[in-house]
Amino acid sequence: MCLGIPGKIIEISENDPLTATVDVGGVRRPVNIACIVSADRPSASCVGDWVLVHVGFAMSRIDEDEAQKTLALLAELGEMQEEIDAMQHSAELT
Amino acid sequence: MKYVDEFRDPDMARALVERIATLTANLMTNRQLPLQLMEFCGGHTHTIFRYGIEQMLPDEIEMVHGPGCPVCVLPMGRVDDCVDLAERPDVIFTTFGDAMRVPGSRKSLLQAKADGADVRMVYSPLDALELARRNPDRQVIFFALGFETTMPSTALTVLQAKREGVTNFSLFCNHITTVPTIKAILDSPDMMIDGFLAPGHVSMVVGEQPFRFIADVYDKPIVITGFEPLDILQSIHMLLAQMAEGRCAVENQYQRVVQAGGNVAGLDAIHEVFELREFFEWRGLGSIDHSGVRMRDAFADFDAERRFSVPNLKIADPKSCQCGEVLKGVIRPWECKVFGTQCNPETPMGALMVSTEGACAAYYNFGNLDELLHKRERKAAVSS
Ligand code: SF4
Repeated sequence: MCLGIPGKIIEISENDPLTATVDVGGVRRPVNIACIVSADRPSASCVGDWVLVHVGFAMSRIDEDEAQKTLALLAELGEMQEEIDAMQHSAELT
Repeated sequence: MKYVDEFRDPDMARALVERIATLTANLMTNRQLPLQLMEFCGGHTHTIFRYGIEQMLPDEIEMVHGPGCPVCVLPMGRVDDCVDLAERPDVIFTTFGDAMRVPGSRKSLLQAKADGADVRMVYSPLDALELARRNPDRQVIFFALGFETTMPSTALTVLQAKREGVTNFSLFCNHITTVPTIKAILDSPDMMIDGFLAPGHVSMVVGEQPFRFIADVYDKPIVITGFEPLDILQSIHMLLAQMAEGRCAVENQYQRVVQAGGNVAGLDAIHEVFELREFFEWRGLGSIDHSGVRMRDAFADFDAERRFSVPNLKIADPKSCQCGEVLKGVIRPWECKVFGTQCNPETPMGALMVSTEGACAAYYNFGNLDELLHKRERKAAVSS
């Protein structure tokens, strides 16, 4: 919940510019991107960006190298699978 | 436990460990007491234990593991309130998985679920909102907890629910704040902490400014820190360097994620939806002024505390529990009288034994239990 997990923005939702499909460790889920868009970074320009995702919200933009390092660290800490399981489990509920 | 050789950049780690040792030796020439450094965040505690960072540090450095594990500090009475809400027939109670096992005075949410309550683990508050849309005849309550890191997510979810006119969604708000809690620790008379590692992801939201008083008013250095083992070594080095130079400032080791001004959109959402409570109860620390938030009047319809009458009973921590002293660095976790005996991860008595991010659970899981218990006996014998 506190560490977050890196993901890559795949596409912006057609009906809501503040929702994006993000690939997080191979799982795709809708993520709110309100916290990383701004006047000079409109949501359409965010496709392809790497972001740190906390409980379904992109909270910060990170570079790809940093994203890969963080993914490796989370896997090593054993936090990666837990997050991905939680994501999948949650998707089944709704 | 890992060794320096296994770090991603062992040369860098080794160099940092050496420089830390040199700085510590210099600093110790005119002091007797060990240097106490507090990592506030449970994520840092986890990394420190996972990578055996304390063993790499000179003996004169004591890491004090702070209260920054939101699940650990949840008072029992709050868990009871959750169970009470979850057991109502028309309610779907949603929560992050971390909160499921925290013991209440009657039962945990996991036990409530086993007994038939509709408790569902969700990954995101957005998923709870989706459940509300799909179950218009049920009341969906989201158990909002965590520090500033998760506050924007629940605030934005409530704003969305309001925009869409969803009427069967509410938050049971138990968010807690970092800065007033650090202040409470600094104000306690028996506190001897020399410097702080500030939580990286809280800082990502709030920025550097809220921590400034720690340097300006309390004369303690503080470094915003990332989660890699190297981040932690580097930040410890930065703290010691400040002390060696006689400086106190907020420094940011985690610049690749944390901007000085924090996250503006996230802060705006927090301020729109939440306001400070006069005080909030913590497990192990008692009541701390301004250490929690509640929902503003404009969002009363989305506030489970106002929509449902919550029992809100206070359940005192067990008398033998010494979590407060551990959190302030007055005693080490294994010095607590019930550590490893009455208090263990299966039957936690205190907050710090509840989740793997709690200091006592970390010592229990990663330390050598027999050795620690012996150490406690020896220490007790010396002081009696
Ligand atoms: S051993 Fe248990 S009661 Fe004692 S400080 Fe740790 S968590 Fe609290």
